[in-house]
Amino acid sequence: MSSSSQEVADSWISAFCNILGHEYFAEVSEDFIEDDFNLTGLQSQVPMYKEALEMILDVEPEEDDDYEEDEEDEDEDENEPFGAESALGYRRAGERRHMGLGKLNVIEASAELLYGLIHQRYITSRPGIQQMAEKYDLQHFGTCPRVFCNGCKVLPVGCSDTPGQETVKLFCPSCLDIYTPPNSRFQTVDGAFFGTTFGCLFFMSFPELDIGNRNSEAVAALAQQQGLQIPNIGMNESRNAQSGQNGQSRSTPMPAVVNGVSTTSLAPGLGRGKIYEPRIYGFRVSERAKSGPRMKWLRSRPADVHELDEARRFFEENGAEDQTADQIMPDQEQSQTLPVERRKKAPMRRRREPYAVNGTGANGSPMDTNGTGNGG
Amino acid sequence: MDDFNSDTDSDYTSYWRDWFISSKGNEYFCEIDEDYLTDRFNLTGLNQEVEHYNHALDLVTDVFDVECDDDMRAQIEKSARHLYGLVHARYIVTTRGLAKMMEKYKKYDFGRCPRVLCNQQPLLPMGQHDVPGYSTVKLYCAKCEDLYNPKSSRHASIDGAYFGTSFHNIMFQVYPAMLPPKSSRRYEPRVFGFKVHAHAALGRWQEEERVRMCKRLRDAGVDTGFEEEEEEEEEMEEDDAAPGEEEGIDDMFEGRLVQV
Repeated sequence: MSSSSQEVADSWISAFCNILGHEYFAEVSEDFIEDDFNLTGLQSQVPMYKEALEMILDVEPEEDDDYEEDEEDEDEDENEPFGAESALGYRRAGERRHMGLGKLNVIEASAELLYGLIHQRYITSRPGIQQMAEKYDLQHFGTCPRVFCNGCKVLPVGCSDTPGQETVKLFCPSCLDIYTPPNSRFQTVDGAFFGTTFGCLFFMSFPELDIGNRNSEAVAALAQQQGLQIPNIGMNESRNAQSGQNGQSRSTPMPAVVNGVSTTSLAPGLGRGKIYEPRIYGFRVSERAKSGPRMKWLRSRPADVHELDEARRFFEENGAEDQTADQIMPDQEQSQTLPVERRKKAPMRRRREPYAVNGTGANGSPMDTNGTGNGG
Repeated sequence: MDDFNSDTDSDYTSYWRDWFISSKGNEYFCEIDEDYLTDRFNLTGLNQEVEHYNHALDLVTDVFDVECDDDMRAQIEKSARHLYGLVHARYIVTTRGLAKMMEKYKKYDFGRCPRVLCNQQPLLPMGQHDVPGYSTVKLYCAKCEDLYNPKSSRHASIDGAYFGTSFHNIMFQVYPAMLPPKSSRRYEPRVFGFKVHAHAALGRWQEEERVRMCKRLRDAGVDTGFEEEEEEEEEMEEDDAAPGEEEGIDDMFEGRLVQV
């Protein structure tokens, strides 16, 4: 993102992001940090908040008594109590000049914590997520270690939004699982600095991202090679594929969108052909063996994604009574405003046109109420 | 090659196999017994697979004493590695080989599963093909039963056929006690604390699959091998008291199960 590049090259923020192990961080723009709204509530979480904030913004504490007074006024307006630690070293220009090295270290640690927490918020904002998208494109976060994900690019996420609980993990959109970063230097990075929301929000913000088919040609070639030349492979393609295909040919084509997510980008690394099938000398290990496969479900995905449309399934099983209730033809505008009628119309449409599916998504499912499903 | 030459020049007592398994990048290999290597029956068919087969075999068994130029030497060296790898795939499914690999497995010589919910489960090397030249070595996690790429590029260039498709499965058939309990916990993506519908729906579908499988196994009288099972039954007996609020990482995972 160019917004940060206008800053001085060796600002605290860029220095922080250049530290070994901090490669996952985006450079939060100063505009974002200077907007107090974005910092709501952080004061109570970070010791020596004021000093830490000054450090992040490269404000020299000695030189700006005016700035401090302004801050003071704001603080009084906010009427927010300070943590015990921050009260200690709280602003006395003279005092700060005598600051020991130990105190500086404390402030440095606070600044890192504060930056991390701001970062967590920043990367869910529009400019922040854009910046992360650029980093994602450049594969700054690495790729999924899982073989069947074919090197799908991953995103840093946290498992907790509270700092100090978990280190950063990598979320793979292809298998919807999280992994430990390969390099141990990332094991000092707090997961809360990325947050629990970012991973999914990112892929919801960029639904057009091609997550699974990065090496589609290579994958196709590989599949062909494995299917044709070598019968002795660890994938359940051969026979299961046959039965799956037959089952599928009876049913309808795949909808473009299911549950608000494009079918092609819903866990492309899972499902038939992407599940490891244990074999001994070419023979599959039985499920009933003590050492047999028990975890295939984790990497499964229905061959017919209609199975995932729970609302449709529900109406297929229970929806008969509503059929005479309304005569209103499915009309998109109307259905947006009249949720009750929209709900009723689902079985009607299905009766005329089983599995009526079209690319617009809005007609695909009675649950498709959110904008993400419309694919733009 | 240079390493090898200098090693042998300086120290004649070090055997080729010692050098090979201790050199960087070959940490996944175990040492093949001399007896196994010298039994020609164990090498059946490999003379067609490996160039300079006899020289390579001599080199591996430390009886190589032919004078030759560097190019030839390098080729023989390469063949020797290939031969060692192919014999290795056969050796590690023998009783002694399995025991040696088990020792390495216990020492985490092959690394740990990168999947967060596998809790650092040790991995085993495996190949997706038994024919050399098709795929590189992968790592198998017995907890999530999936394959992962080795972290290091040094390992990523090893041929998968040097370990084979069967070894890791045989390992757990021979040492069933080493099978880790399976976990039904899964990562659950959330946005601002809310589950994401598409992913949650897939998760529910997968959970149904799992429950069906568990039922199949139980009907067949087979132990399902899931760690939560006992707790689950206890809970069922006791009461329906809600499981305590879990903190931190647990918030992000679906751990509690549908009763089967």
